[in-house]
Amino acid sequence: MNIVVLVKQVPDSGSERSLRTDDNTVDRESANNVINEMDEYAIEEALKIKEASGGDITILTMGPDKATDTIRKALSMSRGSVFIDRAVHVVDPALHGSCAVATSKVLAAALGTLNADLVLCGAESTDGRVQVLPHMLAERLGIAALTGARKLTIDGGTLTVERQTEEGYEVITASTPAVVSVWDTINEPGYPSFKGIMAAKKKPVQTLSLADLGVAAGDVGFDGATSAVVEHAKRPPRTGGTRITNEGEGGVKLVEFLASEKFV
Amino acid sequence: MAEVLIVVEATREFGVKKVTLELLTLARQLGSPSAVVLGGPGAVERLSDKLAEYGAEKIYAAESEEIDGYLVAPKATVVAELVKRVQPAAVLLAASQEGKEIAGRLAVKLDNGVLSDIVDLAADGTATQVAFAGSTIVKSKVTRGLPLATLRPNSLAPAPAPATPAVEQVEVQLGAADKLTRVVERVAEQKGARPELTEASVVVSGGRGVGSADGFKLVEDLADALGGAVGASRAAVDAGYYPHQFQVGQTGKTVTPQLYIALGISGAIQHRAGMQTSKTIVAVNKADDAPIWELADFGVVGKLEEVVPQAIEEIRKRK
Ligand SMILES: Cc1cc2nc3c(=O)[nH]c(=O)nc-3n(C[C@H](O)[C@H](O)[C@H](O)COP(=O)(O)OP(=O)(O)OC[C@H]3O[C@@H](n4cnc5c(N)ncnc54)[C@H](O)[C@@H]3O)c2cc1C
Ligand SMILES: Nc1ncnc2c1ncn2[C@@H]1O[C@H](COP(=O)(O)O)[C@@H](O)[C@H]1O
Repeated sequence: MNIVVLVKQVPDSGSERSLRTDDNTVDRESANNVINEMDEYAIEEALKIKEASGGDITILTMGPDKATDTIRKALSMSRGSVFIDRAVHVVDPALHGSCAVATSKVLAAALGTLNADLVLCGAESTDGRVQVLPHMLAERLGIAALTGARKLTIDGGTLTVERQTEEGYEVITASTPAVVSVWDTINEPGYPSFKGIMAAKKKPVQTLSLADLGVAAGDVGFDGATSAVVEHAKRPPRTGGTRITNEGEGGVKLVEFLASEKFV
Repeated sequence: MAEVLIVVEATREFGVKKVTLELLTLARQLGSPSAVVLGGPGAVERLSDKLAEYGAEKIYAAESEEIDGYLVAPKATVVAELVKRVQPAAVLLAASQEGKEIAGRLAVKLDNGVLSDIVDLAADGTATQVAFAGSTIVKSKVTRGLPLATLRPNSLAPAPAPATPAVEQVEVQLGAADKLTRVVERVAEQKGARPELTEASVVVSGGRGVGSADGFKLVEDLADALGGAVGASRAAVDAGYYPHQFQVGQTGKTVTPQLYIALGISGAIQHRAGMQTSKTIVAVNKADDAPIWELADFGVVGKLEEVVPQAIEEIRKRK
């Protein structure tokens, strides 16, 4: 099975994140940039599939020059002697400021050159948290989308997914080619191994520009944006309020507070 | 007044979701609300009273087995056709998984911008979003096409405004691309009659400090005493104390209740991402240096095994 895993570089959600004051985009320059957490689960799932039934795995990232770090990190993930095969990095100065619609156009164009049976990606990215890309790609490529997976089973060309919902789950099924997006409940990525890290150094990383993909620069970035951040501000941080130490009356005091706020 | 299309969400058990009532309330400020019901035969009959009560001037009824039989794509196709025909002033959906997914497909179909997870939309189309774990307020706008956005549940108080909607049947015409992903089964795992996590006005969450899956009984009991939903931190979910669909935070649900009670939760930034915008935050934690104290309006430093049963008892006494 020919598998492409979509990987995004995002600012670490554990450190201070902000928007730039000059052009209102995510500050990726001064941020501590990491692999989007959910995408690690997508990579692990690809490795599990290759381990079970063979195949070929390509990492696909659209991101600035420094996204190379994230691509190397992705390439270094392995399971035993199962490795990722290569990476494709779409990078172009004109991409800065791209909205979700433009991003999906570029990634769909890149996927068009890769002939994937299965496109695996995270259910959402932690910077924009828009959660729209998998269905946008399926819509553009005219292929099936099985999103929000907590379990994926493959039987020949048939994919069956347990899709997490607010109430529980849905069992959904489709034939390849398809896009499958995963939550962190789907598997447990292992720790990077020395062998994997060494192997990653030798894997080819192909870079593609917009021209290579035949996408017009005016369709992406600020020129092609379909939405824009017009202004932003830090919210004043919350401040701690009253705190008491339980000396046998903690529960009663708690309810007194709730009553004073009319919750009881 | 131009129509504002609202995509209705409902559950079998509780009918129209609260977030849909919020959408209707918001839509009234922007134009004339039209509710789009997408579901199997009979869906409109079950939902129309509630939609009328909250001001739907019109109901578009797209009822077909095929809508429920395939994932997301059929809904996007039906709404896209409606948008082209009606030329609404805006299209609003719930910021649920499915709402965002329909919106994403609509954006591609209509070559239109899309704003995810907004908390407000002004008459001039400027939306408000809360980003980066609640630390940043963003004002954004769709710059190509009409305002297309998904609204985070509990962003505003739904207000009734009775109307008498005209019901218009919409023909459901699907292509092969809409029927690629079949829904085989829908399984409900939500326990009991608790409100849904993202819509609840009270949420009681447990963390690693709860200590065990059995310990969550205490969390549930307090939630039930307050008529609230139960949530969990990622650590509690990872430890197997509580199912993942109740996880609150960066990789779980974002909640904005009136009251959020954190039991045995340290308050890591990834957890805050999902609850920071709650109106009132209360915590019980035995550590007096936990980060949760930086945002708790009221807190008890102490063992939750001692504090919570007493609180439940006290609530019962007062009822
Ligand atoms: C809090 C927040 C919420 C948002 N919500 C939405 C929303 O709901 N809907 C929506 O459509 N958009 C949304 N956006 C995007 C927004 O509409 C604007 O388009 C935004 O100003 C651009 O996004 P960005 O900040 O990620 O820009 P950028 O940092 O420029 O990133 C955009 C994309 O381009 C890539 N990129 C950047 N430079 C390069 C390069 N040189 N080569 C290759 N790739 C590159 C990035 O990795 C990223 O995938 C949101 C953004 C933020 C910060
Ligand atoms: N710039 C990008 N490059 C590669 N993959 C991406 C990019 N943006 C989003 N994705 C993928 O799409 C998933 C969902 O992202 P989103 O819709 O932005 O929340 C992510 O988990 C990634 O797998």
